[in-house]
Amino acid sequence: MAQHEPERILLAHGGGGQLTSQLIRELVLPHLRNEALSPLGDSARLELGSTSICLTTDSYVVKPLFFHGGDIGKLAVCGTINDLAVAGSRPVALTLSLIIEEGFEKPLLERILQSIGRTARENNVSVVTGDTKTVERGSADGLFINTAGVGVRLPGVNPGLDRIKVGDKVLLNGTIGDHGMTIISQREGIEFESRLVSDCAALADLTCMLFERTGVKFMRDATRGGLAAVLNEIVEGAGLAIEIRDANIPVRPSVQAAADMLGFDVLNIANEGKFVAVVSPETADACLELCRSHPLGRDAALIGEVVASQGVPLVELRTKIGGRRIVQMPYGRELPRIC
Amino acid sequence: MLDRIAKAQQQIDHACRTLGRPITVMEVCGTHTVAIFRSGIRSTLPEGLKLLSGPGCPVCVTDQGYIDAVLELAQRDDCIIATYGDMIRVPGKDGSLETCAAKADVRVVLSSEDALQLARDNADKTVVFIAVGFETTAPASAVVVKEAAREGIKNFCILSGHKLILPAMRALLGGMNDRVDAFLCPGHVSVIIGASAFAEIVSDFGRPCVVAGFEPLQIIEALAEICRQLSNEKAELKSIYNAVVTEQGNVAAQRIIAECFEAADGYWRGLGKIEKSTLVLKEQYRRFDAFARFGLSDEPGEDLSGCRCGEVLCGLIEPPQCALFATRCTPAKPIGPCMVSSEGTCAAWYKYGRRS
Repeated sequence: MAQHEPERILLAHGGGGQLTSQLIRELVLPHLRNEALSPLGDSARLELGSTSICLTTDSYVVKPLFFHGGDIGKLAVCGTINDLAVAGSRPVALTLSLIIEEGFEKPLLERILQSIGRTARENNVSVVTGDTKTVERGSADGLFINTAGVGVRLPGVNPGLDRIKVGDKVLLNGTIGDHGMTIISQREGIEFESRLVSDCAALADLTCMLFERTGVKFMRDATRGGLAAVLNEIVEGAGLAIEIRDANIPVRPSVQAAADMLGFDVLNIANEGKFVAVVSPETADACLELCRSHPLGRDAALIGEVVASQGVPLVELRTKIGGRRIVQMPYGRELPRIC
Repeated sequence: MLDRIAKAQQQIDHACRTLGRPITVMEVCGTHTVAIFRSGIRSTLPEGLKLLSGPGCPVCVTDQGYIDAVLELAQRDDCIIATYGDMIRVPGKDGSLETCAAKADVRVVLSSEDALQLARDNADKTVVFIAVGFETTAPASAVVVKEAAREGIKNFCILSGHKLILPAMRALLGGMNDRVDAFLCPGHVSVIIGASAFAEIVSDFGRPCVVAGFEPLQIIEALAEICRQLSNEKAELKSIYNAVVTEQGNVAAQRIIAECFEAADGYWRGLGKIEKSTLVLKEQYRRFDAFARFGLSDEPGEDLSGCRCGEVLCGLIEPPQCALFATRCTPAKPIGPCMVSSEGTCAAWYKYGRRS
């Protein structure tokens, strides 16, 4: 290859790990920097007159379009709702953009739109505007969807990495790895004894309840890059360290078996209905109890705590045999087109 | 489980105290390397017991010349490269399959069957399957070569980089690294070749060999067994992976390897040329050999500047002793294959052990 070859975008740049973050920092931010964007949160916080809102957008390129536990339509509604929800807002409205490949079957599109309508209604959000584009055969893989969302910020709720302190507890609302392992096993046509099901779900009902009734200091949904990515983002942003206990992290045995077989670390695998919350030690038990009272938090667990950083902010795992190891930010290549 | 772990740890501690010298155990299986790091086993061991990762990661041991041959193929527009995911980021002189993939047609497959299916589905292209791995993956390569022959599929071939583990262990003990006191023998490879295959290491070199699976408990108990043997000054072959590994191994798999392949002298990263250590297609299947079909060189290549993967693979240094480790060579921008492969020693150190 000649030396003048331009650098190219790799699939891994979309993986939600180190490369994604590098792409955003080096290529996107320098041109667009502003106060609302720069924190790179799940949603931007904006003040419009006396109203405080959250605004977010996300594109969905999942393959296959239909998977156990959901489809691209449900994912496009839930994913955007979750980005609004974990930022401490109540989602109210969505936009919907469809990029459709020539030749796509209309009945499939209708099934996906039904799913979008149903998921939006179930979660009290309205799709209020949208767009449709078609592209030539071969220019898109069936269907891509973009949704943007607006949420109204919950009064008095102000989550932030700067509020995290040594001694705070880390709460997870249920099992990890379900979405990613479902997609990869379906994509590769691997069937396991018990069927894997995506955890794709809208979390706003649960998150609003937690924000309103307890002292949640920070929350983020654990999507691409999995639990490992979120915890690393937290320690980097807060300048502290986190110690988690393997024995406390809920994982379905079928998901663990699939991950082991395919050589994946379940901590790096994508979820679509899971969040990590950092809570004060005084409120941790109440948060856990409240979380478990909700259908989307039944398997919730306190998985670790914030500790002082020994120089570099690190996530450390206490393994089931009493050993220790570091949990790094995933690189990004493991599973493309997972959401 | 925790009781058994505690008991094994006591045995290890006791052996290390009474033996009065450090013990060095080498694992020669990438899955063991990852399992050891992932479960934090090293952090539970006494100082006197040192674990070294040997030439057990299939991508890592692949010579640079082979990588360069793969990248040469990726420049052709009449080929589809079908590869296991781990190979995709190994750098050669001119980038990796990952950076070439933005131009060349490179497909990640989970099985050799998927590669053959690509050939059936793309009659206008030649599909080259990047066939790397030890005795574990060789049978799968053999199966598709036989299938392609039976179906008369002409647009399919394999670039065999398959390796045999025993010649590498012998090469290590025969002068490359004689500090190794014992081997934790590979679970997967043993399923194919059988636990008894390692008897020659015990008899010829007097080193304990213990076959274990990948659960932390199995690994710790295997280490305890090795410590017991070293304390008694009696090397034995033992398998504690009896649920899966038999004495004789998978005879059907051995047969199909022997039907399609023969052992030839081959080049390994770090270990150099080892006699009868690599699998090449037999004469009657030579038409599926990508080296022959495309006139590719199977001579050794030159390692990338400053990369010490070869020494890491022989257990001569640990990754942090390489000046490139975590500075110029990281998982995001790897220079050596041991940083690329998820089973690579450098990647495991970086991922699970690095503190800065």
